[in-house]
Amino acid sequence: MATDITSSKTSEEIGEINKYNFRTETKGVFKARKGLDREIINQISDIKEEPDWMRKFRLDAFDIFESKPMPKWGGDIELDFQDIYYYLKPTNEQGKTWDDVPKEIKDTFEKLGIPEAERKYLAGVKAQFESEVVYGSLQEDLAKKGVIFTDTDTAVREHPELLREYFGKIIPSSDNKFAALNSAVWSGGSFIYIPKGVKIEFPLQAYFRINEESMGQFERTLIIVDEGAQVHYVEGCTAPMYTTESLHSAVVEVVVKKDARCRYTTIQNWANNIYNLVTKRAMAYQDATMEWVDGNLGSRLTMKYPAVYMMEPGARGEILSIAFSSKGQHQDAGAKLVHCAPNTTGQIISKSISKDGGRSSYRGLVKVEKGAVNSKNNVVCDALILDPESRSDTYPYIEIEEQDVSIGHEASVSRIGEEQMFYLLSRGLSEAEASTMIVNGFIEPLVKELPMEYAVEMNRLIQLQMEGSVG
Amino acid sequence: MSDTLKIIDLQVAVEDKPILRGVNLEMKRGETHAMMGPNGSGKSTLGLAIMGHPGYEVTGGRIELNGENILEMEPDERARAGVFMAFQRPVAIPGVKMADFLRHAATNVRNPDRKEGEDLIPMREFRKELRDRMEQLRMDEQFARRYVNDGFSGGEMKRAEILQLAMLQPKFAILDETDSGLDADAVRLASQSIAEIGGADMGLLIITHHDKLLEHNPPEFTHVMLGGRIVETGGVELANELHTQGYDRVRAAHPDAEADNQAMLDKEEQAVG
Repeated sequence: MATDITSSKTSEEIGEINKYNFRTETKGVFKARKGLDREIINQISDIKEEPDWMRKFRLDAFDIFESKPMPKWGGDIELDFQDIYYYLKPTNEQGKTWDDVPKEIKDTFEKLGIPEAERKYLAGVKAQFESEVVYGSLQEDLAKKGVIFTDTDTAVREHPELLREYFGKIIPSSDNKFAALNSAVWSGGSFIYIPKGVKIEFPLQAYFRINEESMGQFERTLIIVDEGAQVHYVEGCTAPMYTTESLHSAVVEVVVKKDARCRYTTIQNWANNIYNLVTKRAMAYQDATMEWVDGNLGSRLTMKYPAVYMMEPGARGEILSIAFSSKGQHQDAGAKLVHCAPNTTGQIISKSISKDGGRSSYRGLVKVEKGAVNSKNNVVCDALILDPESRSDTYPYIEIEEQDVSIGHEASVSRIGEEQMFYLLSRGLSEAEASTMIVNGFIEPLVKELPMEYAVEMNRLIQLQMEGSVG
Repeated sequence: MSDTLKIIDLQVAVEDKPILRGVNLEMKRGETHAMMGPNGSGKSTLGLAIMGHPGYEVTGGRIELNGENILEMEPDERARAGVFMAFQRPVAIPGVKMADFLRHAATNVRNPDRKEGEDLIPMREFRKELRDRMEQLRMDEQFARRYVNDGFSGGEMKRAEILQLAMLQPKFAILDETDSGLDADAVRLASQSIAEIGGADMGLLIITHHDKLLEHNPPEFTHVMLGGRIVETGGVELANELHTQGYDRVRAAHPDAEADNQAMLDKEEQAVG
């Protein structure tokens, strides 16, 4: 898709991008005290009036969380788990129209451009503010076809059988410490079911906003794409900048059944005080395709490795990852592809950019299990480092238990060359314009995969990062 | 008064090795100068020093554009002041479309005081201008959507440089072997193109080995560089002589410069070896 970086450069628009860094004055209807223990978890379950199985799921997960050590790899996590608010309920009711949403929260999402995007090109929207989804919509014709797009809390009440079939099955609580934490205190997130054969043309979008200081946001998303169905789900996330750390720790589970297709696009632009520790995993069945498009620009530390388990023959998994780390940021991003069946195909393309002392790491796993004959996998990771203070690392792990497979891996690290810079300067571009142009060119192969609106957004965010004006 | 580019006793070193040893040259806008000379004599170095390449250290002398010393200016400021160089081997910028690149470049060069973030030339207006220029240069429209110099053939690179020259319309342009790697027909086309896009209104410094490039741009002045200095200056007849008879007479007439030239070549070989 043609993306013109020149179209996103007026000073007015750049002013508009800084829209992310503002705080909304709102009391909310309930805020749990700081800290994490069984009492807090019971309180969350009480407020949500949950069935016993869910309360038990949470408490069991909490035990797992407590028993697991902090990961020793990835980035440095300096978090005091007792110094975080785990639950903040912003409103009593979820709005079906924006007018049902409290004015200050509605204004927040107006500033972020969500209602406008909804009018223009989205098939449905969920807007989460702190711990709860405060607004939800879905085009009527899709609802009539049996599409379900609701928040996960509502799904526990209204679609318990469908939800329980997969909830916590793709990513068990025991998967890792932060999956266990999410399982214990989760709130909000999207639940999506696309019935057999239903193909949704326009994206469904969720937007996650953290507003308070020292807040934890733990949404939980489950997407089920039934046989032959198709969906594109997009999520965006932002928060105002504070001096203390906040935590965002989501779990996203996706099931893509026979011949179905799911694309999950993330444009993460958290403020630079947020730890973004997220577990995302999809299971793709016969001839199904799962694509993760994962853009990580914000946060202090991101640890996120979207995964596709190719469970049956013919399944495809594709992961496109973009990471941009600037001053004080560490993006430990990557991907995981597991070939569990014959004739499965996987591809990872990762592009990372490091600037002003930022650190980007690619961490990826390609695994071919016994019996997954004739599987193909290809990994390409390119890193661009803009200055000597910045850093890039690559940690590719490959585990192959089958002979008859085709595996490729290419990696490159480059610095903005003196010759490229001189060439652009000699044509009248300033040094800043030249760097932005080189960086945009570097990620162009990925950005052109995005729908136009998101490609424009991505280029704007890159522009903002290049100016170093985030936070 | 016509615009003037004046090079005064210019001395340039690369990695502490002296290359230019006092070059003097004065060009007026509207004049065409041919710069000739054997390999390693310092012709490209002169061009890159005028443009402000960071690897070329000016150790003495001045370069003045209308009396102002441009050595104090960054390369982008020089470009905005009206200086251009068509490179012998332009670098690729993957992922950046020719059209986007040229729109930025043209906007900045035409509005030298433009602040970053200010409006670019309106898209519709720019596209039309670019299309017209490309048609004039008999270039395929697809070219604008390709990435800058990425996977270009030698000929395509040179044509892209001429397109940039056409769009930026500088006061002074240095063409560094814009003929190298081209066949005779392609060189003729390049020469004709330079004339068609208004080369006569610019001050042209054409670095070349090839008389075909001068066919449509006959030089008023021909300079011969040897050992990092200009050893002879003449008219078009000097260019013709060098094309037919080579540099033997010049080398013999200027033994000191020839010795320096050999010394520089030897160093280059050592560096490669």
